[in-house]
Amino acid sequence: MEILDEIAAALQAGEVAQVGALTAQALDAGLPAGDVLQRGLLAGMGVVGEQFRAREIFLPDVLLAARAMYAGLELLKPLLASQGVAMRGKVVIGTVKGDLHDIGKNLVAIMLRGAGFEVIDLGHDVAPEVFVDAALREQAPIIGISALLTTTMPRMREVVALVRERGLAGKVRTLVGGAPVNAAFAQEIGADGYACDAAQAVDRVTALLGLA
Amino acid sequence: MAAAQRALRSEEGLLPRLARCGALVGDGAWGTQLMQRGLPDGQPPEWFALERPEVIEEVARLYVAAGADLVTTDTFGANSFRLALHGLDKELARVNRQAVEAVRRAVAGRALVSASVGPSGRLLEPFGDVSLPALEAAFAEQIAVLAEAGADLVCIETMSDLNEAVAAVRAAKRVAPELPVMATMTFERTPRGYFTVMGTSVAAAVAGLAAAGADVIGSNCGTGIEDMVEIARAMTRTAKLPLAFQPNAGLPDTRDGALVYHQPPQQMAARVPELLALGVAIVGGCCGTTPDHVRALRQAVDAWTAADPGGLR
Repeated sequence: MEILDEIAAALQAGEVAQVGALTAQALDAGLPAGDVLQRGLLAGMGVVGEQFRAREIFLPDVLLAARAMYAGLELLKPLLASQGVAMRGKVVIGTVKGDLHDIGKNLVAIMLRGAGFEVIDLGHDVAPEVFVDAALREQAPIIGISALLTTTMPRMREVVALVRERGLAGKVRTLVGGAPVNAAFAQEIGADGYACDAAQAVDRVTALLGLA
Repeated sequence: MAAAQRALRSEEGLLPRLARCGALVGDGAWGTQLMQRGLPDGQPPEWFALERPEVIEEVARLYVAAGADLVTTDTFGANSFRLALHGLDKELARVNRQAVEAVRRAVAGRALVSASVGPSGRLLEPFGDVSLPALEAAFAEQIAVLAEAGADLVCIETMSDLNEAVAAVRAAKRVAPELPVMATMTFERTPRGYFTVMGTSVAAAVAGLAAAGADVIGSNCGTGIEDMVEIARAMTRTAKLPLAFQPNAGLPDTRDGALVYHQPPQQMAARVPELLALGVAIVGGCCGTTPDHVRALRQAVDAWTAADPGGLR
């Protein structure tokens, strides 16, 4: 038990090597991979998310913690897969067509992966049909859509509309975010959710998938 | 009185002007002005510098007519990292040169050409994949062209990462040591005060930018003038350099799927005396501000100056 707390603490401190070593140690000691994930890595990442939301810590701290998370996750993945422990869910994300910004979207991907979700990152300048095709192909229940420009923001509406057009409403949920986006806009275009930052994106995906 | 005082000598640089005029007025937003004039889908605003410099001249003239002492060039994203996203990196020299030349022609000595240098859009190592030397080299490449084309000052703006801002200031001082450098960062309000999203505090920004050699420091974008007054107050606690603030026109709302900043010019200008009372040197606008906002800022600055004929304040 204690070692799981140590993993969580090392993750919060962004200690990549230490998280890797402690994770290996926990597995060697016979702790179930699912516990190491939930009560070690994810517990630590949850605290990081809360602290970021309150701006007690900032982006660099979150990025370091996420990197530490990966170090542990790499060791856990094969075990989780062989034990039939599923990852928490799959999310397709990208920045809309015409928009080349991806720091924000990358951050969301990092935080989602850090929280144990599988992320299919389509990159930037992504056309509506590419979002929807990817969600179908990957059987991902969530599409995360990012836009950083007021000029490209309206493209989010096209993605949401295409999800409906293909009869996927309710099966594939859309989550929007980005500097110019707000909840009122998300509601107006018929998106299923809005996240104001990467930490909140994790909360929203968790809630939309009914995992909270 | 104020107009005569503003009959600026074109050979007079930023710092002598600040010493003589007390406070100067910046310009307003460029992106929205350019979009209204037909920015093609998917192109960055820098496209105008390449293809339609006459549009840049038109906007620059509006800002000069509104009373701006500094007019910004349309080069915010004209560094190699960002131009590459649009396949325009090969045009870097032409974009930056033509943007400066267009503003130069428009202001015709009546205002200073403030050469905009925005963030790279990349994260520095160890968080991202760009090294500090590579970043500094990219800024140096852009700033060398801006200086060569005749910019009056380098305006490093909207920075969130102090290391990146410092790299830009150092690049400017290396390749254009003759030009004054204004460096402003974007802060957000947190429960513990104002910080950039990368965690730079106001005090850290003041110390870091000054140490890097900036001549004017401050804040732009991110907030409206109400928060800028608080950021200014925080900066004056430790800053010894002249300060510049360029707030947005309030906080944005969405209307019909478009983002709208709608703080009226008079409402924004009403807070200008608070900035000037703190000793702020440059007041301008960022996102959502228009020539009307600049006109209101001009009037507020002139009224403040006129109320102190002896220059004792």
